[in-house]
Amino acid sequence: MTAIWRAGLAAFSALIVLQACGQQTGQTRDVSDADREYQHVLMEALLDAAPGSVIEIPAGVFVIERGLSLANVDGVTIRGAGMDETILSFAEQRAGAEGLLVTSANNFTIEDLAIEDSIGDALKITGSENVIIRRVRTEWTRGVSTDNGAYGIYPVLTTNVLIEESVAIGASDAGIYVGQSDNIVVRNNRAEYNVAGIEIENSMDADVYGNVATNNTGGILVFNMPNLPRPGHGTRVFDNDVHENNTRNFGHAGTPVANVPAGTGILVNSNDDVEIFNNRVARNRTANVIISSLHSAGFSELGVESDFDPYPERIHIHGNTFEGGGNNPDGMDLQALRIALFGPTGRIPDVLWDGYVDEAKMVDGSLPDDLRLCVSGAEVLNADGPGGYGNPRIVTAEHACSHPPRAAVELPF
Amino acid sequence: MTRTLTLLAAAFLLAACGNDAADPPAGAPVDLAAWEADTAFHTSGNPARLEDWGQFRIEGERLVLAEGVVPYGMNTALFSDYALKLRTVWLPEGAEPAAWHDTDTFAFPVGTVITKTFYYPRGGGAFDAVALELDPNAHFDGVALDLSAIRVIETRILVRREEGWAAIPYAWNEDQRSTRLARAGAFVDLTLLEAGGRSTALTYQIPDVNQCAQCHITNANDGQVRPIGPRARHLNGDYPYAHGSQNQLDHWREAGLLTGGPESHAAPRSTVWHGETILAGMALESAARAYIDINCAHCHSRTGHARTSGLYLEPSDPVGPAFGVCKPPIAAGRGTGNRLYSIVPGDSHASIFTFRMETTRPDAMMPELGRSVAHREGLALVAAWIDAMAGEC
Repeated sequence: MTAIWRAGLAAFSALIVLQACGQQTGQTRDVSDADREYQHVLMEALLDAAPGSVIEIPAGVFVIERGLSLANVDGVTIRGAGMDETILSFAEQRAGAEGLLVTSANNFTIEDLAIEDSIGDALKITGSENVIIRRVRTEWTRGVSTDNGAYGIYPVLTTNVLIEESVAIGASDAGIYVGQSDNIVVRNNRAEYNVAGIEIENSMDADVYGNVATNNTGGILVFNMPNLPRPGHGTRVFDNDVHENNTRNFGHAGTPVANVPAGTGILVNSNDDVEIFNNRVARNRTANVIISSLHSAGFSELGVESDFDPYPERIHIHGNTFEGGGNNPDGMDLQALRIALFGPTGRIPDVLWDGYVDEAKMVDGSLPDDLRLCVSGAEVLNADGPGGYGNPRIVTAEHACSHPPRAAVELPF
Repeated sequence: MTRTLTLLAAAFLLAACGNDAADPPAGAPVDLAAWEADTAFHTSGNPARLEDWGQFRIEGERLVLAEGVVPYGMNTALFSDYALKLRTVWLPEGAEPAAWHDTDTFAFPVGTVITKTFYYPRGGGAFDAVALELDPNAHFDGVALDLSAIRVIETRILVRREEGWAAIPYAWNEDQRSTRLARAGAFVDLTLLEAGGRSTALTYQIPDVNQCAQCHITNANDGQVRPIGPRARHLNGDYPYAHGSQNQLDHWREAGLLTGGPESHAAPRSTVWHGETILAGMALESAARAYIDINCAHCHSRTGHARTSGLYLEPSDPVGPAFGVCKPPIAAGRGTGNRLYSIVPGDSHASIFTFRMETTRPDAMMPELGRSVAHREGLALVAAWIDAMAGEC
């Protein structure tokens, strides 16, 4: 049983979902009159792609009935006429686990198009170096639904990846999800109405800045999951707008994000070397920032390989602007905690920490300075996970420290 | 450098069933002489027809293996919508035999041509009605397939060229006397008839060339397409050759197809399983592991397409967290089926593993490619194995 993460008991009715275009609708884009012939041209172009190919997709709405794939070719560019002009609709998809799957394609660029309503992930790029995703929109047009695909923009096992000026809406897991990758820049994107807006997972050296994450269940997540060949660490989250991420959790039970409480602004789980600064974080109803370990994320410890380090360390939170939030946390445990500590009109402080530390690393009863959670400019609540949540307390003074600033991520292009 | 794309007007006459590989003009005369081509190694390019490879002949109602083309089978096979498969291997005259490997695909010489022909027994009545048949060699007598008794869907070529293996798919035309290149794949809608009158609609998908690579690049470190089946453990069993039943490794060595490695009785061997019901014990364990090996492990390895999942299903992997025991999923999305762990010992109904084998949703099913219906027998096998597992999460 977890106290920090949601216990799955929340039954808040879904918010009215506003489409990006401002219409209230639960309907997937109607493509009954859309072009069905062009898909074959595009499939052939992807099969025939040679090093240096530029595949230009004209403006229009194009029905694609099978997952598209590009594999084993370097230097390819896929370019549309704009994320609102060139629309690949997978609303009638019959096969394929992704909308577009890109495998082992170095120096790959995709820009100025939309991938809508794929059955599974919209855009997955795996095993590639030097990847640019620019002004791409991935969206499930019916709005929030557990039937939507898991990920919008999903580079995994990539090195040197740039995601910029893109839009991700409606993913039932993460809108923008960078997994098991190195050297990452995610900037100036908009993530809305996803379970996780932007997620960096098991990755090294990521800069996440200039983004807007709003109306998700959780805005920006930095995660480490067990049983993967490579843990991640080293992320900067700065100069983002992370507000009103209060959408009910519509993820699939069993997925790592299914337990993220609705109303989470920025969440770090089991990850190290995370610097969170100069963000504007507002009105996230559970907590504006949550720092947690795998221990409070609700997984069986039996299925975790022994080499996994579940403790978030060297976390540095400073210079952010907080407003509201914490007033109506998702889940009975947190709601009870709020009322017990802060009264019926009180709120969870801006930084909520589950309180787990690696006792094996403690020296004279405390964690060495360079591993600590350091917070300035925000209250910190230790929920006392190790003590069975029996003695939650404000610990702001204990965390008044700092870590050296992390260096900027530099991309080779 | 922008490549101009042209739409060949005739190339996409879509049938109502959605088959989208180019169909020949209706009533075009069949060029049976095309099947007389000599067995050939095409060093580059994509020949327009399977006929051009010379691996088969058509004699009346029989699809006959050409001289020197050797059929082979798998101890336990990959499930592909209940299609039966005729697999063949051919080495050019004078080529060195393939070199033995204990665990990986044998190292075949340049010029090797491997074919896999997917077919169903006819179900009687409509041409699109086919029969569910578990005997892996039905309608094959050791040298020929009986075309009058079967519906042939596709033949895939894997050819070993100088630069590596190339995958080239061919779709069979409905006359069953001619084929066409199908690099972009195709859907074929069929009705699967079972004993007892039950019928299931299935949409057979001929993969496109990039999808071939998704499964057949088993090692991302070299990025090379390679065959999956021709490995010692899958081949180490008896095959019903025209000259009689014989161990395949022994026959391959005699025929000059293979060199090196231990005697077949001392070589690695996957359990033989073709859909039988197995209830308990070591037989259950070994059959389930063999099934998971050939159906999952080419992706679920430390170098395969599914290496991102942290779920490793090779025969050498112990049954622990990395095999799925109490393991939470990484990026399964709807594939969890709202279940928490890949394998919950003793409870297949709580295990993601069996949900993914059962579902037919493209974003949730496993394998990701190559099926549109569940493999009932395989599912029952793996479920029984999980149900017999001790422990809990």
